[in-house]
Amino acid sequence: MEILVLLKQVPATESMIAIAGDGVSIKTDGLKYVINPYDEIAVEEALKIREDQGGAVTVVTVGPAKATEAMRTAMAMGADKGILIDPGDTVCDGLSVAKILAAAVKEMPCDLIVAGHRAVDDDNFQVGPAVAELLGLPNISMVVKEEISDGKISWTCTVEGGTTEVEAPLPALISTQRGLNEPRYASLPGIMKAKKKPLETKSLADIGLDADSVAAKVVVKGLRVPAERQGGRLIEGDSVQTKVAELVKLLKEEAKVI
Amino acid sequence: MTVLVIAEQVDGVFRKVTFEALTAARTLGSEVHALVLGSGIEAAAAELGAYGAAKILVADDDALADYTVDAYTNVAADIIGQVNPAAVIIGATTQGKEFSARLSARLDAPMASDCIAVKLEGDQVVASRSMYGGKIIADVVLTGTPAVVSLRPNTFTAEQAPSDGAVEKVAAKIGDARTRVKGKQLESGKIDLTEAEIVVSGGRGMGGEDFSSIEALADALGAAVGASRSAVDEGWRPASDQVGQTGKTVSPNLYIACGISGAIQHLAGMSSSKVIVAINKDPEAPIFSKADYGIVGDLFEVVPAVTEEIKKNL
Repeated sequence: MEILVLLKQVPATESMIAIAGDGVSIKTDGLKYVINPYDEIAVEEALKIREDQGGAVTVVTVGPAKATEAMRTAMAMGADKGILIDPGDTVCDGLSVAKILAAAVKEMPCDLIVAGHRAVDDDNFQVGPAVAELLGLPNISMVVKEEISDGKISWTCTVEGGTTEVEAPLPALISTQRGLNEPRYASLPGIMKAKKKPLETKSLADIGLDADSVAAKVVVKGLRVPAERQGGRLIEGDSVQTKVAELVKLLKEEAKVI
Repeated sequence: MTVLVIAEQVDGVFRKVTFEALTAARTLGSEVHALVLGSGIEAAAAELGAYGAAKILVADDDALADYTVDAYTNVAADIIGQVNPAAVIIGATTQGKEFSARLSARLDAPMASDCIAVKLEGDQVVASRSMYGGKIIADVVLTGTPAVVSLRPNTFTAEQAPSDGAVEKVAAKIGDARTRVKGKQLESGKIDLTEAEIVVSGGRGMGGEDFSSIEALADALGAAVGASRSAVDEGWRPASDQVGQTGKTVSPNLYIACGISGAIQHLAGMSSSKVIVAINKDPEAPIFSKADYGIVGDLFEVVPAVTEEIKKNL
């Protein structure tokens, strides 16, 4: 089973995010970067499938050279090799990234692609399904359980109000949701081994693309910080009962939300 | 210009976000069309006229009874090719987000997901969307047509605007579709977190998987139940209940946080709620700085008392 994992490096979720001077990007100084949490689940699932069925796990990333840190972490978890496509100065939107990933993997042997359902920086929910579309593969999102047999994959995915079970022939692309697995930690021997695993860096030209062919159609005009909430009002009272009566009165008469 | 709204329905019942999307679409386009995909949904489709759809296109086929992203993309892309809209609007549900992503790649079109505002500047669609789990809002320009935009549920107000809304059957070209739905487990009547008017969430302070006090309050209010990441990590609640940067972003009218300290990731996912109530025994909990109303106290005393008080008052 040849498994590809689409992986993105993102700022850790506990990060405070500030807007840079240009108004369209964020300040990156001092930010701690990690594997996108959903992609970490994707790496874990790929490793489990490899343990069960054999084969190899390749992580594929679009990003700057720094993103190799996240790829090495995935290799320390157990992934076999990595391919980084560095688009250089080319400004990318979600669809640009999907085009780059699709071009990078289209000639590679592949039975299954695993991706996170979204990256927690852009929150755009686009790349996984878009890559599947560009490669002509079936896809399903928000997978919490999967099972592979007889060249088919069955999965359970979360939808509003419950779950559905879906089936498609391989090759296919699945995108992960929390609950699918608990990602393993990289072990010390894993970290040592990861340093020697093959990691190839390619440019857009190396995969037959140029800046025009992947030009972003979605352009950031400006970033802003949401309005600060004016909170902090505590309801005082002698007893739980008086506080609660006051709260319900306020919700009804002042906030008018119940 | 024409704006096409792709409706989402379950068993002929439209999601509220479909009406919200139709309302938002009217502010963008001079002509709003709706597209409904499904099986046996022609009669139900007429309802969309009440929200201003001038034309209601219905692709009705047994093969569309269950949503699958490949069949739905094939059919919708074909119809979009004929209608040639300037924008395609979808509700940013689980289905809508996946569907719009695949559609954008098929149409080679710009896409913005889970938008909280959308407007026209000249002839370009400009959308606002949150990033970094709600810590940042980006204003983005979608260059090229059709602009594919999914709208966050519970963010736009649905307003009726009756039109003649002629229902028109259109051909459903299913084409090559390889995914098949084998089964569904849907809790009927369960209010989804992202569409709920009121959300009651529990966190680490719950101390275990017994969420009965939270559920009782949610029942009294007709609310959905949410959870913090800690409660999900402990295995007390399913991942689909998680509110926050690695869970769902919610914007209900009222969000009641019980035993949740208010980590930055959680705050990001619920700060756009209209009114926030925090109940926590730690007066220093960060959640209080974001809450419109806070009660410092033991949630196991306070939450049942709130439930009783609400039952008395409704």
